[in-house]
Amino acid sequence: MISFVIDGQPVEAKEGSNVLEVALDAGIEIPHLCYNESVKPYGACRLCLVEVVRRGRARMTTACTYPATEGIEVLTQSEKVLRARRMIMELILAMCPGDKLIQDMARMMGVEEVRFKKEEKNCILCGLCARVCDEVVGAHAIQFASRGDRREMIPPFGEEAQSCIACGACVVACPVDVIKMKENGDERTIIRWKRTLKMKKCKICGNSFAPWFQLEKFREKARLPKDFYDVCYTCRS
Amino acid sequence: MVRLSSPQELEKYRNEILSTRNPDQALITVCGGTGCHASGCHAVVDAFKKVIQEKAKDNGIGLRVTGCHGFCERGPLVVLHPRKVLYQRVKPEDASTIFEETVLKGKVIDHLLYEHPTTGEKITTEEDVPFYKKQRRIILGNNGNIDPTQIEDYIAVGGYRALTKVLFAMKPEEIVEEVKKANLRGRGGGGFPAGLKWEQCRNAPGELKYVICNADEGDPGAYMDRSLLEGNPHSVLEGMIIGAYAIGAHEGYIFVRHEYPLAVTNIGIAIQQARDLGLMGKNILGSGFEFDIKVSRGGGAFVAGESTALMATIEGNVGEPRAKHIHTVISGLWDKPTNLNNVETWANVPVIMDRGADWYTQIGTEGSKGTKIFSLVGKVNNTGLVEVPMGITLREIVYDIGGGIPGGKKFKAVQTGGPSGGCIPESLIDLPVDFDRLTEVGSMMGSGGMIVMDESTCMVDVAKYFMNFLKDESCGKCTSCREGTKRMHEILTDITEGRGTPEHIDLLEELGWVTMEASLCALGGTAPNPVLSTIQYFRDEYKEHINNKRCPAKVCRALLKYRILSDACTMCGRCAKACPVGAISGKTKTKKEKGIPFKIDEQKCTRCGMCFESCKFEAVEVE
Repeated sequence: MISFVIDGQPVEAKEGSNVLEVALDAGIEIPHLCYNESVKPYGACRLCLVEVVRRGRARMTTACTYPATEGIEVLTQSEKVLRARRMIMELILAMCPGDKLIQDMARMMGVEEVRFKKEEKNCILCGLCARVCDEVVGAHAIQFASRGDRREMIPPFGEEAQSCIACGACVVACPVDVIKMKENGDERTIIRWKRTLKMKKCKICGNSFAPWFQLEKFREKARLPKDFYDVCYTCRS
Repeated sequence: MVRLSSPQELEKYRNEILSTRNPDQALITVCGGTGCHASGCHAVVDAFKKVIQEKAKDNGIGLRVTGCHGFCERGPLVVLHPRKVLYQRVKPEDASTIFEETVLKGKVIDHLLYEHPTTGEKITTEEDVPFYKKQRRIILGNNGNIDPTQIEDYIAVGGYRALTKVLFAMKPEEIVEEVKKANLRGRGGGGFPAGLKWEQCRNAPGELKYVICNADEGDPGAYMDRSLLEGNPHSVLEGMIIGAYAIGAHEGYIFVRHEYPLAVTNIGIAIQQARDLGLMGKNILGSGFEFDIKVSRGGGAFVAGESTALMATIEGNVGEPRAKHIHTVISGLWDKPTNLNNVETWANVPVIMDRGADWYTQIGTEGSKGTKIFSLVGKVNNTGLVEVPMGITLREIVYDIGGGIPGGKKFKAVQTGGPSGGCIPESLIDLPVDFDRLTEVGSMMGSGGMIVMDESTCMVDVAKYFMNFLKDESCGKCTSCREGTKRMHEILTDITEGRGTPEHIDLLEELGWVTMEASLCALGGTAPNPVLSTIQYFRDEYKEHINNKRCPAKVCRALLKYRILSDACTMCGRCAKACPVGAISGKTKTKKEKGIPFKIDEQKCTRCGMCFESCKFEAVEVE
């Protein structure tokens, strides 16, 4: 176990863990948007900034990407941290001023007004959708396009995401709810990725329960028998 | 080509090459660097080839196309050995005259010589030109002497001698010590001690290690690494082989941008030649040491020059920096210990090994040893590449080497360190240039860009220009960098277009601070420098834009007011004809009619400046 201190509180951490997860486990709140324990830390939103004091030297860094290290001291509420965090929150709020979660987080940090031109981007470019798609689902259907202020999360070439299995993991992972899924009869659409797939009907209950394309992928990957997905999850159990 | 299998064979080969070369023999060298290429040096080369073919087939007069000499402002450059007569701005039609008069008769052609901008004196030889006089060209100097596609030329000037020395007379630890003693600091911008980096990589656990040469030079207007790779690729290779031997690496990469086609070609040729001669590959010079280099071409993203983004690119991923809590010397390319240095740093290595750290440390300042190559551009008479000892003052670079400001204008500032460097004002012009001093005044060494600005430059506009570049070139991962540079650019645009508010300066400073502190890599960490340094040194200019909606340098179009002085107006009507939007009214004076002085309708005026340009009587005034 690795021992270090967060805001004066001693904590113990497993080898290979990061400062953010250790803090959250210990009940110390650090605001974050692009972190999700199911995927590798990425450090894009910069909200989980903390000061890490190591060998007497303090520097600001994101808690999610900083490895738990013996003997360090982490400050989550220093004046410097709060000052930087507030500006980052204001920048994010300016990107999607209409989002409830972002509004609430901003209010909690004391960000009342936005001094920049407001945008209606909605997406905060945290990359969680793509990372979940890569690391958890393994479909690699979406990725960031362009760089700098033109960076965006779009389906490949702006057209239908051909590898998307419409599982909806990205819908769940998105912190600002900009990826919407809709079901219409026997079709499921992930609107943002322009992907519509036919659903399979359960042989027993007759409900459309999952896209054909998705079930075929799963079956191939897990080497399941051909008729494995003839029956829906509910009727099987 | 013979394969050399011992140091003795290399020396024998060197002597063979030298024995065929007579230093007193006439040799025409034409600069083939990028700048001269653009001014048409290839036609000059062809003209010389033709002349030699026709008139001097067998008398041994040589012609050599070399790398960049640095004096790009005056290209195409021709230097005639052995006297080293320098002819500048040479045209193809000059070739036969040069040949007849100077090469054959030894007579100097006056009108091709460089003329001192203030004294008007004609200067005959290269070393007497003030541009070269204060330089110390230990790295760049050989560019003008060798044909980069001929390994023999490099060997003739002592090339690969340092490699022999380290392979057969030094232990790897001793090499690292020597580099540490020389206090060689990374020339790519960071200034990290190279010896320390080598040592950490050497001591890192693992059998497989890599060395990388960072040639992803992306600063606008900077081309020192390009000129080294194009003009003297073997010096970089030799440095890398020495480094690899010291570190214990057997594989290396040169990451060079695809936009540098000549550099890509020349480095490819150099690698093949070194392999063929047994200077690279298996059992180098019979020492048993093995090392080879691959060239990886970059797609031109500025951020891919950041070390971790560069490694991601070589791995085939998107060029996005990653956190360096574990240093790349421990876990870099493909998670293996990796030592990355910039082109110029590598090129310094053979010089240090050949002449020793004691000699090397005589050049420079306390904390920065050796020389630095700068690309001197902007509002300066002699633009080009200059190599100066560390510690030289900005004044010496701008006035003595650069020849001052053109058109008798007043010096205003110099921007160092590329797009994320800072602007240094006139009050600091006597600042000695080295890593630490530049950082102290809010700028940085960077990779060595140096942009001179005169009184006609608007500092707010300059900051806006660099923010525009950086908001495009940020990878876009960190909110602080992506949104920070974008918002700073937005605010600067507001200020230059007359929408600035007094709060904007504070907001820019706060944004700058956060971008610097909260971003992952050095791009975000230094991006606000142009904004913060111009606010620091030119706050009044910002205030003038914001409070009085005036641009003192008369650059920001939206803030300009054009007016026709009725007393000075001769009623010729040129301005009205020139105006593309019909904003100027009046009546042209003729012999019969009296005419009415012209005036500008401010509502219609788009501030294009055509009236100002067209008026021959200085009747149009800009405010």
